[in-house]
Amino acid sequence: MEMDWIWGLAGGGLIGLGGAVFLLGNGRIMGASGILGGLIDGTGKSNLSERLVFLVGVLVMPMLLLPLYEGGVDTHMTTNIGVIIAAGILVGLGTRIANGCTSGHGVCGISRLSLRGIVATVFYILAGGLTIVLFRHILGVI
Amino acid sequence: MQRLFLSLLSGSLFGAGLFISGMTDTTKVQGWLDVFGNWDPTLAFVMGGAIVPMFIAWRLTQGRAPLVGGSFPAAPRPEMDHRLITGSVLFGMGWGLAGLCPGPAIASLSYNGSGGLIFMGAMLVGMAVAPKFGQQLDRVAASV
Repeated sequence: MEMDWIWGLAGGGLIGLGGAVFLLGNGRIMGASGILGGLIDGTGKSNLSERLVFLVGVLVMPMLLLPLYEGGVDTHMTTNIGVIIAAGILVGLGTRIANGCTSGHGVCGISRLSLRGIVATVFYILAGGLTIVLFRHILGVI
Repeated sequence: MQRLFLSLLSGSLFGAGLFISGMTDTTKVQGWLDVFGNWDPTLAFVMGGAIVPMFIAWRLTQGRAPLVGGSFPAAPRPEMDHRLITGSVLFGMGWGLAGLCPGPAIASLSYNGSGGLIFMGAMLVGMAVAPKFGQQLDRVAASV
């Protein structure tokens, strides 16, 4: 759709505003994988409730906005269970090993002109692009 | 209490932004990565839109302290290591395969069906095994 970029820009602005609140308010970097991952591997015990309420906000806001969209929102999620499981494990493992994902390294890292954030973003976009070439255009799996 | 309120506000803005930007639609993410197919530039607008307020926020940290007290995050380490590169490559592969990264996976959990739940489960498993995997990775990196 032609309007997609405007919604992208507006939504991106809200994401950046969320990151600004977390940074200027709580002095923390808004990274989805770090906030969630710290609850899983026990490294986030000291600020457990701060992490939990953040995740509640991320989960609940779309539930409140969804009724405004007539016909709902299609995520076009693949139905291939093998692909879903492999992708989920890779995303969980990779973001924790790299210590960041699209929000932490991408949004918060690049805006800080952090070389690590920029390098991470270049590598995950390249890896994602090559994965699409291999699994969509060559193997036809996704 | 103030800390929790700000955290909820931040998460709510993040969730709303992911939702209205279209980033919970996996075709938009895969479309951005698919330069040889039907390329979709939306993700670049989302990233650009998010980086502007964050860039200003980082400027505002100078000479100040966080609202709730304490201190701002330390300056990022300058060195690139094997964890950053290997982790980012693994993450990128999963991101391309399913078109979901951690933020949108959480934001879409309520309307992404069983596939979204299975993805979340697998992602949590990946996060749980990451510390052990990281130690193995360090051993391999030290031996080469």
